[in-house]
Order: sequence, then structure tokens, then C-alpha cells
Amino acid sequence: MCDQTFLAIVFGPCDKCSKEKPLRAIYIKSEQLNYCSLCVEMMATEGLHENETLASLKSEADSLKGRLEEERAKLHDVELHQVAERVEALGQFVMKTRRTLKGHGNKVLCMDWCKDKRRIVSSSQDGKVIVWDSFTTNKEHAVTMPCTWVMACAYAPSGCAIACGGLDNKCSVYPLTFDKNENMAAKKKSVAMHTNYLSACSFTNSDMQILTASGDGTCALWDVESGQLLQSFHGHGADVLCLDLAPSETGNTFVSGGCDKKAMVWDMRSGQCIQSFETHESDINSVRYYPSGDAFASGSDDATCRLYDLRADREVAIYSKESIIFGASSVDFSLSGRLLFGGYNDYTINVWDVLKGSRVSILFGHENRVSTLRVSPDGTAFCSGSWDHTLRIWA
Amino acid sequence: LTLVHQGDQLLLTRSFPSGCSPGVMQDPDMGIKMRNQRLLITVIPHAMTGNDIVEWLIQKFAISEEESLHLGNLLVKHGYIYPLKDPRSLVLRADDSPYRFQTPYFWTSSKWPATELDYGGCPLLLTSYLQETWLWGDNYNLLHKRINHTWDFVVMQAREQLRAAKQRRKGDRIVIDCQEQAYWLVNRPPPGALNVMEHGPERRNCHISRVQLVSVLRAHHCSSLGRYIKFNEQYMPHDPIMSGCLPSNPWITDDTTYWAMNAPTVMTPTKLRVERWGFSFSELLGDTLGRRQLLEFLKKEFSAENLSFWEACEELRYGEQARIADIVDSIYQQFLAPGATRWVNIDSKTMERTLEGIKTPHRYVMDDAQMHIYMLMKKVGAWALPPTLAPPLQLAWALAPPPHPQLQLPQVTHGAGKPWTLGCSFTARSGQHGQKGGVLLRGCGKSILPGQGAGEGLVSLRSGGWAMGQAGH
Repeated sequence: MCDQTFLAIVFGPCDKCSKEKPLRAIYIKSEQLNYCSLCVEMMATEGLHENETLASLKSEADSLKGRLEEERAKLHDVELHQVAERVEALGQFVMKTRRTLKGHGNKVLCMDWCKDKRRIVSSSQDGKVIVWDSFTTNKEHAVTMPCTWVMACAYAPSGCAIACGGLDNKCSVYPLTFDKNENMAAKKKSVAMHTNYLSACSFTNSDMQILTASGDGTCALWDVESGQLLQSFHGHGADVLCLDLAPSETGNTFVSGGCDKKAMVWDMRSGQCIQSFETHESDINSVRYYPSGDAFASGSDDATCRLYDLRADREVAIYSKESIIFGASSVDFSLSGRLLFGGYNDYTINVWDVLKGSRVSILFGHENRVSTLRVSPDGTAFCSGSWDHTLRIWA
Repeated sequence: LTLVHQGDQLLLTRSFPSGCSPGVMQDPDMGIKMRNQRLLITVIPHAMTGNDIVEWLIQKFAISEEESLHLGNLLVKHGYIYPLKDPRSLVLRADDSPYRFQTPYFWTSSKWPATELDYGGCPLLLTSYLQETWLWGDNYNLLHKRINHTWDFVVMQAREQLRAAKQRRKGDRIVIDCQEQAYWLVNRPPPGALNVMEHGPERRNCHISRVQLVSVLRAHHCSSLGRYIKFNEQYMPHDPIMSGCLPSNPWITDDTTYWAMNAPTVMTPTKLRVERWGFSFSELLGDTLGRRQLLEFLKKEFSAENLSFWEACEELRYGEQARIADIVDSIYQQFLAPGATRWVNIDSKTMERTLEGIKTPHRYVMDDAQMHIYMLMKKVGAWALPPTLAPPLQLAWALAPPPHPQLQLPQVTHGAGKPWTLGCSFTARSGQHGQKGGVLLRGCGKSILPGQGAGEGLVSLRSGGWAMGQAGH
């Protein structure tokens, strides 16, 4: 849906090992050097040098951040809602629960839509992963994972497989078969291996690659067939909780959010972090690209959702209200990007006008936290999953 | 003091700037009107009615009654406000039921562990254990087992507290009992009841990374935020939630005609769908029928190999790791080798780099070439659109803004946004717009810009050269 996004990938000789590789800019004693990702890793795991204390490093980091903020502030600092003043306001907004999917015996943690616009996969705390035809509310497949807290699940682009994972630190792929005699668990493929829980997973443009995010602070790209690690992404300072792939054919980027309050944009090819945003005041639970691919929204435990513009390299909108004091667990855009749906830990769903920054509506219905929320591929509805064991389709 | 969500729990902290906090709510000027409430025949000081709470929330935050009731209920469920009448039920009633603010000692944000010892020592609870099975039933035995070694001590403490409590005024006693009861209901909910203290898996604290990643500043060329307005205008009619969909939204009417009409490979695409192809090359290429339309057009211009090449490169980029060498070889044989049947025209520098890269094939080895061909298709793809789409729309996305100048692009010699300049002789044939064999522009020494030249003409393409724009004879 979006026009191509070009990336700056600098190739050249590493300042440390002299090999020709994709380079990252790093700062040592305020001097910029270009290291390849291997040398960056080695640097990051070194202990303190002489004359360095944790405090001195931290103050250096803070001063760099300050410089970055100064640079950003020199640019345009108009807020989106100011530009959007001339846009017509939205009228009355009515959305209701059209389907309620009951069948999980415990908290629903994650869900994903199939490209066919009606099937979904959902996972829960008790290890159950269910594939539903949400239009008829029939369950089509069910598998029980050997672990609890299955926090991530995803539908393959072809519709022929699903991926899921959680406290087992792995991401497993299950081909979907309609043969009643076949046991789904038998054909399971263990793809990703992390050193802490799996928080998010997503197939790329094909069934053959998976991108994962983990509580071990890293994201990783895997080849499904062989389980080989194709690329890893290091940079978050704490658990990574969410990720989303850019909706572009030509770009190769994705955004991730974590407990370090940072949202980071990565280049899948080089493993490099291209952009980083740190304006949230607490864990970022969810990130989602704006349909054009030029921006992304994030939902956080600080009870706000924010919109970050990639070209302007800054936050351009905050979606918050004094009466909302619970964290946002999950966000997604409507097809045109005009509405932002946020599922919150206070059991409600708030609908925001993305351009004007105001709340359009609040939806009640769930009886416990809303943990996951996704708009359907054709934008006709959205699905929310909750700790009250149910999923709801709203339209 | 404000309420905030930290990690997975609702806590009271000092940092979060919100007007919604028990501190603010109790403010003598701005807070809820508190008065002495009559509970049966006892007067309870500093209490308020459920209705007061709801009203105050509505006033303060300009929210609906439904939302106010919901929020108030959550405050009660998390133990910041407790009911005096029917204290076992942590529910906010929007009537004259009396409520009080919980003492900060018992706020969940204090994070004082509700130890078993405290539990057992609470005289009210112990009395209940002794008198009836109340809420915990079997748990009494469990508790007894756990603090068995200190049981006598605990019972003694409880008796002491009970005796001291008898000395207090009845009003105070009721208040203290209710406070404790609410605290324990929140921290030890009876089986089956909503447990607001539940949280997900532990999340680690932040640790400082030695290396700071500083982002690449896409400085000075940042586009105006008007992009959002424009995108919104374009896509709003296509957003079923915003503008509805015809004949109806399947989720609302249970009628799946909309899906049937918009299936990937339907016979006739809907008008809206075709309109969307005109928004960007990405839309045209991304839609099954749109891509078919593009292919038909390219075939007419004897340039279909470009799309096939692009698709083969996609297969490489997202394909199985084990098959990479095979796919690269297949691409080379079909599209890049000298004399290949479907040879694609890439500039010599890119070709050279690609052929060099093929010696050590990897997933991204075709990226440069693929991007080159993508850009070429994009330039001319506008002409693949049905004539129903107005010409300015076509040109608009064919002349997409150039990429950021600071970005290092793979070599695209016919620079994006710039008119074509090729190195060979210029020939042209006139033709009518929309028909086959229109104007053929092959090479130049001249640049051709839209608007120049005498008349309109369909640009035709050959593998040997590309051009765009309107041109005369």
C-alpha cells in the first residue's frame, strides 16, 4: 500500500577490524566511529575501561541524547492536530460486538487474521492455540502447546500454517491440515530459539521466513524450513514486547517496542537500527505501522498512544485523556489510517481520531483486560481478545 | 500522587501527571464533597455516596456516566475506595451507598507484601474464621498449616487487637474493619472472583547498554504533515469502517456478497478497487487483478519480462534459505545471461555489480537490479491503468517525489523523478492515445518532459529503451 521507503545502508571498511561490511555509527567519547555489527557486539559486552565509570558512561549517553533532541527540535515542530484543523470532524460513531468467540479456557493473549479476511488464530494462557472461522464462530483447528502463556501467534500469508510461542522461548510453526486423522502437533516445526520468552512473531512476505521478538531483548529473523537464524537485531536495553513489519514492497524494515520505553526501526538486511524513538514513560506494549508506511503508532503502559513520523524522525501526536489511567496493550489503525483503535488494561477499547488527536468513542464489553487487537485485512471489522477468555469482532 | 500502570499492575506513584488520583479526589476544594454518612444508626465521618463519586468523575473529566461508572468501579476493585454498606462486594453503586477512601497504608502501590502473618493477625478475619467459613473455606486450613509454628502468637495478637478494638468508638471500628476487609478482598480474592492483582510474566528491568545507537537524522527534507491529510482524503472512501461498504458490511448484515465481489480473482473488479490502483504503483502491483492488468499492458509493449524478473527476485528475497543458490542461478539463466530468452535491460553498472555478486549468491544479491526494474515499471505503470482514471492521477504517481537525497540508493541511472536521458538516437512515431503502437521513444540526447511537445501520445516501451511523458512528433 505504500510507496517505497529507501534506506541508508552504509557499506565500507570497519574502523576496528577493517573488513568490508554494513556499518553502524557508534559514539566513543563523543567521537563518531563506524563499526561493523560484530565489532559493535564485542564493544557492548566489554567491561568498563580505565577512567570510565557507569556514571560517566551514563552521563555521556545522556548528553548525546540531549544533542539528538536539540537537532530534532531545530526542525519543524508543528503537531499533527494543528495541521489537521481544517479537516472535517468525524460524526457519531457506532460500533458493536458482532461476534463473540468463546472457547478458550483461559486468558486470550494474542490473535492474528488470515488474509482471507475471516479466519483468525488466537492463543491463550493455558497453552491452547485455536483457529476460528470468526464469521461462523466455528473452531476449525486447535492445538495445545507444551507451555503456558502463549503470548505470540501469527497466521502465514498463504493461510496454510500458523506460528506461535511463549514461555517455551521458541517459535513453532504448525501446518494447517484439514485431514481429521492428522494430529496437528505431529507436524510441528520448531523454528526460533531465544533465551527468554517469545513476545511477538510475524511471517514476512512468505511462509518461509519468520520475524520474532523476545524477552531476551532481541529480535530475530529465521528461515522456517531449516530453523536457521538469518539475522539478529540487538539494541533494546530490556525485553522486546512487540513488532510490526513495514507495509512496503521495496523496503525491508520493521519496528519493535520494548520495556526500555524505546521504539526502534530496523533494517532487516543489515540488522542495523535505523531510527530510535524514546518519548514514552513506560513499557511499549504494541507498535503498528500507519497504512502508508510513513509512520507508526505505539501503545504503552503509561496510558498513552503515540504517533511517530519516520520521515520527520519524531513524535507527532499523543493520544491520551486524563480519565484513561490504565495502560494500552494493543493498537491498530483502520484501513484509511483515520482511526486508531486501542485496547486497554481497563477492559475498554478507545477509538482515536488520528489526525485530530481526540477520542471518538469508547467501547465497553470485555470483562477483563483487552490484551490484543487487530483490524481485519480488508478493514471491515476488528477483533479484540481479552483476559476474560473471549474474543470479540466489532464492526 | 497519581494512579498509573506500572509493569502489569495499577499503582499509585508520584510521577504520572493525571488529574485522576485519590489525592486529587480527596482535596477539600477540588475533590468530592465528603460528609458524615449515616450507616444504620452510626455516623461515619468523611464518607461520600456512590453517586457523588460518579458525578465528580463526570464533571472532572467530561466523560459519560457509563464511563464514569466504569472508572469508579475499577477504583473500587483496585482497593482505592471501599464500600461501607455491603463491604464484601467491591462494586460502585451510583446511589447513596456510602464509600470511603482507603488509607494509603493499604494502597496496592505500597507494595508491602501481604504476608501470611499479617493475614492471620487480622482480627476481623480471624474472627470470621472462627465464626464461619466466610470466603476462604478450605484456605483456613492451609493458612493454619502455613503459620502453624506461630499460630499461638498470632491468635494472641488477634485477641489483643480485638480487645483494643472494643475500646474504640463504634464508628471508628466499622471504618477500620471495612478498610481491612477491602484490602484483603483485593489481595486475596475468593476463588472465582476477579483478581485485579493478576499480572503477566515478569518483565526485566532496563539495563544500560554500553553502546548508544543514535538514529540517522532524516533532517532538513522532512515532508510536511500534509501527507497525512492527503492520505486520509484518498483512502477515506475506501475504509469500510469509516465510509461503509456496498452492498453491506458482512459482519453487520451476515451477507458475504461484499467479499464475493472483492475476491482476489473476481471477473470484474469493482470501481472502488480500480480507483485504488491509481493511488500508487504499490497498490496496482499489490492487487492480484491490478498486477494482471500491469502484465497485460507490459505484454503489449513487449516488456513483460520485467514483471517476471521482479517476481522472481521477490521469490529469492523471501524464499527458503536452502534454495537460494538454485533460485539465483535460475534468475541468471532466464533474465541476465547474455542471450537469455527473457533478458532484462539493466544499466551496465548495476549489471556488472549483480553478476559479480552472483558468484557468492545470497538472498539480497538481486536487490540493486530488482530496484532498478521496479523503478522502471513504476514510471510506466501509470499507463497500465484503465483510461477511466484521469490523466493527472496517472502522472501524479508516475512522477513520485524523489527519494531523500542523503540516502545512498542502489545505482539507478535514470534517476527517479528526473526525465529520461538515454544515449542513442531519437525516433518517434505518432499514434493515438490508448491504442497500440503509440509513440515510441527510444533513447535521446534530449530530455522529454511532460507538457513539452505538441500533443498527447501513449508512451510505448521496448526493452531497448525507456521514456515517459508526453511527446510530439
